[in-house]
Amino acid sequence: MKALWRSLTVVALLGLAAALLVAVLGLPPAPVKLAGEVATNLGASGVSHPVTAVLLNFRGYDTFLEVAVLIIALLGMLAAGLPPPPPTGSRNAMLPTLARLAVPLMVLAAVYLLWAGAFRPGGAFQAAAVLAAAAVLLHLAEILAPWPRDRRGPRLAIAGGFLLFLAIAAALLANGGLLRYPPEHAGLLIVLIESGLTVSLAVNLAAFFLLRADKT
Amino acid sequence: MSTAFDLLLAAALLWSAWRTLATPQIGRAVILFIVFGLLLTLAWARLDAPDIALAEAAIGAGLTGALLLDAVAALRARRPDDEEGQS
Repeated sequence: MKALWRSLTVVALLGLAAALLVAVLGLPPAPVKLAGEVATNLGASGVSHPVTAVLLNFRGYDTFLEVAVLIIALLGMLAAGLPPPPPTGSRNAMLPTLARLAVPLMVLAAVYLLWAGAFRPGGAFQAAAVLAAAAVLLHLAEILAPWPRDRRGPRLAIAGGFLLFLAIAAALLANGGLLRYPPEHAGLLIVLIESGLTVSLAVNLAAFFLLRADKT
Repeated sequence: MSTAFDLLLAAALLWSAWRTLATPQIGRAVILFIVFGLLLTLAWARLDAPDIALAEAAIGAGLTGALLLDAVAALRARRPDDEEGQS
């Protein structure tokens, strides 16, 4: 019986894969050449790297909602109940030394990634991930204590970057559209938003590890 | 030469993806998942998409891998009598 179900599942999945393949191969060519559009309008975006131009300018709204999704994920974790703090004192002695050496370089790399986002691969998400990884490393090395549930600083940092993005988006509504930057200020606004997002996302990602239930 | 590398990379990706799903030990599955993420980073770099490669390395392999390791440790702490991967 189990073997029958298994073979039926395999057949169904192969059918699905074949249908997807047919659908993808049968797609009509895209009506707009998006890469060309981006290249044409890159000068007005305030940055010279096309990926950043799309993420923060042309499709800024998507990035905005992405940040909101991460915050909602954290809210979900808070609602579901935090895991207890891990047992202490069982770690390798090498780890704190390594962490103390690596973390300053990671912070440097994060700032570079944030700055590089304007003209080459990089940006807020990558910078935030590196910062969060640094925080996790410090946490694993028991240099950084877990955050209690009610700690105010992480919450302010997470909300702050998002609210900065929201405030800029709302202020630009007067300009005729959500997140429609005036071209002469676009570069500055994008750097501002990305800096806020880096802090917010880094604390958000780190909070998935560092938020722990209070010791009872 | 680069075609051979690409073929090897594709084969390694498929193999690590399969092993990640098929291995019965969750600890090993998490390590294989991280290996898969790093191979995927190489694949994105080969496809000239350094932005996605960076994001995959940092978020996909790094943070998600660490989260999964943390979860495995928490699972083991909850059921210390349980043999690894038997649940």
